[in-house]
Amino acid sequence: MLLEVEHVTVRFGGLTALADVSVQVDEGEVVGVIGPNGAGKTTLFNVVCGFVRPGQGELRWRGAVLRRHRPHQLADLGIARTLQGLGLFPHMTVLENVLVGAGRHSRAWFGSGLFALPRSDRDDRALRERALATLDRLGVADAARSLPGQLPYGAQKRVALARALVAEPALVLLDEPASGLSASEMDELADIVRGLKQHTSVLLVEHHMDLVMAVCDRIVVLDFGRCIATGTPEQVRDDPKVLEAYLGEQVDATTQEVADD
Amino acid sequence: MSLLRRSTLLRNGLLALCGLGIMLAVTEGLSDYRNTQLANIAVTVCAVAGLTVLTGLSGQISLGNGAFMFVGAYTVGLLLMHNPGTNNGELVLVLAASALVAAVAGGLVGVAAARLRGPYLAGITLALALGLPALPEYSHFQGKLGGHAGLNFLAPNPPGGMNFFRWQAWVCLIGAVVTLFLLANLSRSRVGRAFRAVRDDEISASLAGLSVARVQILAFTVSAACAGLAGGLFAVINGNVLPSGFPISLSLSLLAAAVFGGLGTLSGAVYGSIIVTLLPQWSYDLAHAFSMPDRVQLNLPQAVYGAGLILGMLLFPLGIQGGVRRIWALGRNALRTKPAGN
Repeated sequence: MLLEVEHVTVRFGGLTALADVSVQVDEGEVVGVIGPNGAGKTTLFNVVCGFVRPGQGELRWRGAVLRRHRPHQLADLGIARTLQGLGLFPHMTVLENVLVGAGRHSRAWFGSGLFALPRSDRDDRALRERALATLDRLGVADAARSLPGQLPYGAQKRVALARALVAEPALVLLDEPASGLSASEMDELADIVRGLKQHTSVLLVEHHMDLVMAVCDRIVVLDFGRCIATGTPEQVRDDPKVLEAYLGEQVDATTQEVADD
Repeated sequence: MSLLRRSTLLRNGLLALCGLGIMLAVTEGLSDYRNTQLANIAVTVCAVAGLTVLTGLSGQISLGNGAFMFVGAYTVGLLLMHNPGTNNGELVLVLAASALVAAVAGGLVGVAAARLRGPYLAGITLALALGLPALPEYSHFQGKLGGHAGLNFLAPNPPGGMNFFRWQAWVCLIGAVVTLFLLANLSRSRVGRAFRAVRDDEISASLAGLSVARVQILAFTVSAACAGLAGGLFAVINGNVLPSGFPISLSLSLLAAAVFGGLGTLSGAVYGSIIVTLLPQWSYDLAHAFSMPDRVQLNLPQAVYGAGLILGMLLFPLGIQGGVRRIWALGRNALRTKPAGN
């Protein structure tokens, strides 16, 4: 098992954002996390990334418990994440954005940079090749010299994805990768995510059911911080508890009528 | 040619050597007064270049780099006072020590700075610029640091009977070029990218594997080292150091130079340093060109200096380097569209 989230509980004051949630991701697996707004999906990501510490429960990475890990340690562990708001570096070119993401492949740091030792140049060239190859794979190599703000939204999302993937992570966390994309872009995204499976496991939070159903091997459904269902797309689709979570009011209304009778 | 493109060391090194060669040759034809001005500009370049990397690249503001100049200057002062007869070779070590001691101080301040943002960081660095230079006047240190009267010492004599003022210009120019060379290397490297990434988006930078605090502390340390060297050179050319030599206006003029020249660019640091070093003199000359009442004549230079900076910022919001780039781009576009127009 690559990532194990075991019985995690997170409380923000009186609000329980996650209650006893467990999620596993195996190698080569695409796992989707779905649920209505406020279900705790992004909180789950933040726990995995070390932005939020769980009150109870633990995380395991490749079997070893992650204690008090910090976001900047993820890259070395082999975990990458994209953000809902993209979070591209606005004053750096697309290539530079991706180069920052590729940092863990370079050993050159202060000394070699300060004195411009050949090692610094060599490492940088290797990073550049790697970054351009990743941009090329995602079809945005032409934009390498542009600033992110000059690109259409769909292309910016690809750059953000390239920045995460260039690190060659074992697991990538995608936070709403399809938001703001057109239907055709979403199809391309589905192809990209499926293509990742050979090297990289994927944990994704997403609202677009078509995408989730199309790419995920397994789906975890959260509602009000609780895990109400897990299983294959087919199992989850037919689960009455899931229908209740999404269409809850309607079910309530009918039970109300039954009670009145 | 391809070797030049591939090797940052060779490219920046050649550029630095050419620049240094030209500048050293220029000192030959300058008067003693002009050479002193040149030395002062070079000192300012060291400090401003460090500050522009800190504020322009890593996005941390510092209103207190004058305090690190103070640290560097007193380091040199103490070393030269206790080691009379220091020769020019040893001076290199003394100056390196000034950068090193200031870097340690900068690292310590950087630890605090990495937890602070915007106005809070401006506030604490401002307090540093006000408080630290008062240290020699504190009763416990008066004996060691010379109190109000400062430290007096002898800088090494120029080698081979060289003109004293030319020698001063040489020492400072070498210091400035070495600083610019190292900072140019650093900005181009992975570290420079890390600085800018942290400036642009801290969360994304940390997810890319950068420890935001560590990168910010590093930037502070680098900038303090540059200010320390500037202070050390300042001490060498003055032959003494005084607590009053590092007023708050010094720190502010460093920031003014960095912003005015074009924040985050080393060439901007050079332009900005020239302006803030020479503008007071120019405005003084201007004020004295007309015969005016004393009260006007005494205050006019400051007014002209301030007005000049404001006017400059209005004309070039991105600093001089920003203006240069815009003119460059306009020229290039004009050349490009010409054949199409025909």
